[in-house]
Amino acid sequence: MTKRVALLYGLMCLVLIAIGFLQSWNVAFGIFNLCVISAVMALGVNMQWGYAGLFNVGVMGFTALGGLTAVLVSMPPVGEAWAAAGGDIALSLLSLAGTIVAVIYARRIVPPVLKLPVTLVLLLAGYFLIGVFFGPATDAIESIDPALSGYLGGAGLPVLVAWPLAGLVAAGAGWLIGRIALGLRADYLAIATLGISEIIIAIIKYEEWLSRGVKNVTGIPRPVPYEVNLVESEWFINLANFFGASEISDAASLFVKLCYAVLFVIVLAIIMWFAERALKSPWGRMMRAIRDNRDAAAAMGKDVKRRHLQTFVLGCAVCGIAGAMLTTLDGQLTPTSYIPLRYTFLIWVMVILGGSGNNWGSILGGFIIWFLWVEAEPFGNWFMSTVTAPLGEESELAQHLVAGAAYMRYLMMGAILLTVMRFAPKGLIPEATNRSTAMTRSS
Amino acid sequence: MEILNALALFANFVVVPATAYGAQLALGALGVTLIFGILRFANFAHGELMSFGTMITILVTWFLQNMGVSIAPFPTALLALPIGVLAAISMALVTDRMVFRFYRKQRSNPIVFAIVSVGVMFLIAGIIRIVIGPADQSFADGQRFIIGAFDSRRALGLDEGIAIKQSQVITVVVTAIVVAWLFWFLQKTRSGKAMRAYSDDEDLALLSGINPERVVTICWVIAAALAAIAGTLYGLDKTYKPFIFLQILLPIFAATILGGIGQPVGAILGAFIVAFSEVTVTYAFKKFLAYLGPTDWAPEGLVQLLSTDYKFAVSFIILVAVLLIRPTGIIRGKVI
Repeated sequence: MTKRVALLYGLMCLVLIAIGFLQSWNVAFGIFNLCVISAVMALGVNMQWGYAGLFNVGVMGFTALGGLTAVLVSMPPVGEAWAAAGGDIALSLLSLAGTIVAVIYARRIVPPVLKLPVTLVLLLAGYFLIGVFFGPATDAIESIDPALSGYLGGAGLPVLVAWPLAGLVAAGAGWLIGRIALGLRADYLAIATLGISEIIIAIIKYEEWLSRGVKNVTGIPRPVPYEVNLVESEWFINLANFFGASEISDAASLFVKLCYAVLFVIVLAIIMWFAERALKSPWGRMMRAIRDNRDAAAAMGKDVKRRHLQTFVLGCAVCGIAGAMLTTLDGQLTPTSYIPLRYTFLIWVMVILGGSGNNWGSILGGFIIWFLWVEAEPFGNWFMSTVTAPLGEESELAQHLVAGAAYMRYLMMGAILLTVMRFAPKGLIPEATNRSTAMTRSS
Repeated sequence: MEILNALALFANFVVVPATAYGAQLALGALGVTLIFGILRFANFAHGELMSFGTMITILVTWFLQNMGVSIAPFPTALLALPIGVLAAISMALVTDRMVFRFYRKQRSNPIVFAIVSVGVMFLIAGIIRIVIGPADQSFADGQRFIIGAFDSRRALGLDEGIAIKQSQVITVVVTAIVVAWLFWFLQKTRSGKAMRAYSDDEDLALLSGINPERVVTICWVIAAALAAIAGTLYGLDKTYKPFIFLQILLPIFAATILGGIGQPVGAILGAFIVAFSEVTVTYAFKKFLAYLGPTDWAPEGLVQLLSTDYKFAVSFIILVAVLLIRPTGIIRGKVI
């Protein structure tokens, strides 16, 4: 860690502490928790962009997949739904497996000319076969107590189990899309990821039997204590008195946020440790070599496409873990809240601002940008009301501008991204490259 | 067996809407493909540029409506459109001067351009949401239908009518005029030829005395004008929602890649293929098949391949299929 890193991290800490004193510690830790989640997402994107130069515009999709995994792992199963439609669901899965096997087998035995038509026919037949079982199954599931459940529920496991699983699920989706789009023109990956993220959101929004869709899943079991239990337990009251807390309910909510903060920081530390180790290992040097000159790396016998796929999948997994963490923190999955500007492009601003290729920079970028994103609203309100003050309270223009103040944050993010790209393309904490320059000098 | 009724039904619910939608996509995809061809990057701000042009058109339309100006039976928005086009062009040129030119001088990687275009997207999205807000806006006026369902039913003597909205006819006519002009421009004028030469080989064009800055400026002007027209037509046909313009990027990009990057003809072809697949795949064929089958028979279920919620999946599947089978697109485009 250089002086610059320490200084910037220290400043960020000071700002958060200042928020604690000026607003409240609850607000400060609320921001801190989301900062840590943002930092994890930024690490994921940095693996793809910073290590390998891959432009992933589907971060939102992988995050949402992580959130969905959290729901599917932690929510209690809905027994009635399984009883009513379990058989049909099993048959649908069976037909899906049958279709896949049939397609693979048919592609092996038919002559090359017939490959495409046979595949298409088989896929279409399989699609209708699945529909035969699947349609009634979803109707049955969605009709069971639609106001409260109307979906299959989850596995009823502790939500912490979902975090690594979310990584696996997101990695699987990343592998699929990477297989298709990597190795072609660089912007193809961007467009393909943009597409897959929209589709993942559409699935979560409209497949009610799976995720309750826009009815939202609420009350996801927490990995930390509930406030209502805390305020009644003796040890906590004693603890709060020991610290001289004035409001026991405030203390409880602060305690819960602290617990989350500890969990999140542990995850961040683990991922960071792996990321740094990877970057400093021969593998990391190879990745940088591929990024900086892929032709030369390929000539040296490095399998560029395979390495790209590897980092892409790893980055997606990290984004998935962050998504599961986010859903756990919120305690609910709200598909409508997933918008690309917030979940994809904002993460990009974090990585670019922090310094592409530098993990410490990505974490810092995550903290700074999330902090600004949250604080932009009060600032925007203040700014707009100050600017429009001469117009008077009744002025329609003034009211309109104040109402739009929340969107100042978009302007701000655009301005930050463009400024950094123009004047400091290496970001706040540039990638450490002195070792490589030293090597070229000595050779 | 009532084949004519089935065809009328199909025309009413698939052919007519898909043609209008395809025309709107084509205008968007032409802009994206021009920028791909000349500036060589995927412009993520294109959707917001469409949105911006449309927003200005809407504001001017409201102003004209308040003044009592009208060109009934045509929508007032047509009168306001030139101002929207001018606004979009100015926005494109300003962002080019302030943002993109710097990276062009540096000969930056296309991905850097794409990331920078994300910054521009944020800026324009912010401006739009501050000025007009995030809500739906409707601004269509004038006559709604050119041929109503009742009239066409009587005229054709069928049970099924073909209703044609005025906005759909305007869309197709405007697109036809604009596209005809664009191809004339690209094929016959000096500037158009310069653009094609530059798109083909930058260095050779430079050696032949073509001024790259001029080519780039013309490219932005055309792309922005097309964007504003496409957005306004889309808004007239449906409604104007600021958030939809990020989603519409996907079918536009799919159309561009399907047609072949940097190929205007391909962009139009791709746009219509994407539009027709999207509408056909999400159309419920129940009634259509009922007309074709024996009397008093109707298929169970809706016979819908994909629910309308997943219409974006269609563009994506097309995109994936193109990437797998023919990454160069139908008309061989640029692939690095």
